[in-house]
Amino acid sequence: MGILRKRGGAGWSAPDEFVAGNGLLHRRALLGRGLMLAGAAGVSAASGATGAAAEPLQNAEWSMHQGTTVEATGRRSKFEKDTVRILSNPKGEPRTQHARTPHHRLSGSITPSHLHFTILHNGIPDIDPEQHKLVIHGMVKQPMVFTMDKLMRYPMVTRQTFVECGGNSSLMFSNEPIQKDLQYLHGLVSNSEWTGVLLSTLLDEVGVDPKAVWMLPEGADTPLLTRSVPLKKAWDDAILVLYQNGERLMAEQGYPVRLLLPGWEGNMNTKYVRRIKITDQPAMSYYEARNYSPILPDYTAYKFYFVNEVKSFITSPSFGQSLKDPGYYEISGVAYSGTGRIERVMVSADGGKSWADAAVQGPTMHKAFTRFHIPWRWDGSPATLTSRAIDDGGNIQPLRADFVKERGQTLKPATNMMGFYSQHYNSLTSWGINAKGEIAHVYA
Amino acid sequence: MSMPKVISLAALLLAGAGAMALAADDGKNGLGARPGLGQPITEADVKPWDITILPDGTNLPPGSGTAAVGAKVFVDKGCNQCHGDGGKGGKNAALVTDEKLQGQGIEANKTIKDFWAYSTTLYDYIRRAMPWPTPHTLSDEDTYNLVAYILAENKLIDANAVMDAKTLPQVKMPNHDNFIVKFPDRI
Ligand code: HEC
Repeated sequence: MGILRKRGGAGWSAPDEFVAGNGLLHRRALLGRGLMLAGAAGVSAASGATGAAAEPLQNAEWSMHQGTTVEATGRRSKFEKDTVRILSNPKGEPRTQHARTPHHRLSGSITPSHLHFTILHNGIPDIDPEQHKLVIHGMVKQPMVFTMDKLMRYPMVTRQTFVECGGNSSLMFSNEPIQKDLQYLHGLVSNSEWTGVLLSTLLDEVGVDPKAVWMLPEGADTPLLTRSVPLKKAWDDAILVLYQNGERLMAEQGYPVRLLLPGWEGNMNTKYVRRIKITDQPAMSYYEARNYSPILPDYTAYKFYFVNEVKSFITSPSFGQSLKDPGYYEISGVAYSGTGRIERVMVSADGGKSWADAAVQGPTMHKAFTRFHIPWRWDGSPATLTSRAIDDGGNIQPLRADFVKERGQTLKPATNMMGFYSQHYNSLTSWGINAKGEIAHVYA
Repeated sequence: MSMPKVISLAALLLAGAGAMALAADDGKNGLGARPGLGQPITEADVKPWDITILPDGTNLPPGSGTAAVGAKVFVDKGCNQCHGDGGKGGKNAALVTDEKLQGQGIEANKTIKDFWAYSTTLYDYIRRAMPWPTPHTLSDEDTYNLVAYILAENKLIDANAVMDAKTLPQVKMPNHDNFIVKFPDRI
């Protein structure tokens, strides 16, 4: 510690610039020279806690011989074997299957394809792209069929966007906070780079009747899953997706082609899309008329709840982790909005009494994950961490009290950890940290 | 050498996109500005896939069904194995129940009787997705029978009512008027 302090004396030590309660530091500390300062301070604090000097260095076993053979598709380090999705139905029993993204073990903004969340209502179909067809018909001038090899020749666009299940974060409707990690709480949202053909290109080709208002995309999966989507969205930014993160779509993500509706409820992003019917009315199919119509406290229900509104949550530190000793930490999380680009994320360490602006990692993109960071010096006393995002349309993540007033919460604490108690939760997530550094899920 | 080629291809595509609105080409032969790689098809040839039933009854097939026959089909097709005897609930959702939304909070079960807003949803969904292990195997007639059975057991129609393309869309679902459009400006 003495040595580090001496080094710090050579121009390194800058005073902490506290910007909000309970030790939140100015995000400036993350930039350029400031980053090094913060790092140096962290080392100093940590070594202050242990006191021991580092051991002499030597070559490890893996540096001494040839490593394993390179494989045709890359594999992760065996030390990362716990970075996996939790499954709701691992034996494939005859009911819906969910796999949830482990946000508490990830960083950056892209979700690796194999860790992207997925929900399948009757298993993953194995579709031969040479036989798969997409037909567009109904209120059009000329119904058309598109084969996959033809579709692959159309002009393509690439964009990042999140996909979020309407039922993501359902457990947050529980009247008492559920003591589970982010995978349970928010695991049904992920973010990818998608490449495909603008749906509007094909709609131009079939010639849509101006009196049409809706389209009914339908998948080739076993339940022929279908939703009703306003045509407005088709003309706006809908994409027939062929590639995910640079490679052809994962089978569970809709191979060989899925509909992508940036910022809109996952279930509407029809996988394995084989048919799009153009109509003047919605179908009121099972998933829109029943599943994704959330019940309100007065027992009416919302319908056509398309948009996943502005939201954020802190991934580090978060439930399942713990703080070993007081000192410097970086708070980090993801923010996203189905109505625009993340403009600002505020973080509080005192349960919302005071807020500081986090550094927002650019480039920020419309309807895509944006990572945020803020430096924090934990003094070892209880703290409550929470984040609140704002998008470029001025939409702000609602406080929990306001949100619950409109949307309600369960009468009893949720017991089924995979259950859908309601849909479209976009209020705050808070982590309570006690003096031992243990992290609990709390409502603040 | 290959650079200019790439650029000119991109330019071609861009020019194509720009010209799209102006071109009179109907996209059939691929010679116009549009890629035009779709293959025309008739609605008659789409028919085998065109299964969606609209709330006003559009696309309901010919045929009819009754609860009496439906009760038998329900067992023959194994619906009872997952949804219980008489559809009263088993491994999977109860299709027939008096359970109310009221008093159950936002986590209330969305029962057919007390939550579903459209009778046509039942026809569409059963024919589309049930029986779970072997979907798309029910005849149109049997789907009417099953729908009649489930509606009658829920006392939403008379025990002897005949369900067909005309009568089914007219079934009054009690919760029909209790839905609020969340994003009207998006439609
Ligand atoms: C192997 C089990 C199984 C069999 C057999 C089965 N179902 Fe289902 N059924 C399900 C599951 C699972 C769901 C829930 C679907 C979901 O969550 O996506 C369901 C949902 C339903 C629903 C919607 C219920 C609601 O309130 O949401 C209806 C109606 C239905 N089934 C009718 C039938 C009929 C009629 C048959 C027989 C022809 C049948 N089912 C056979 C498993 C089964």
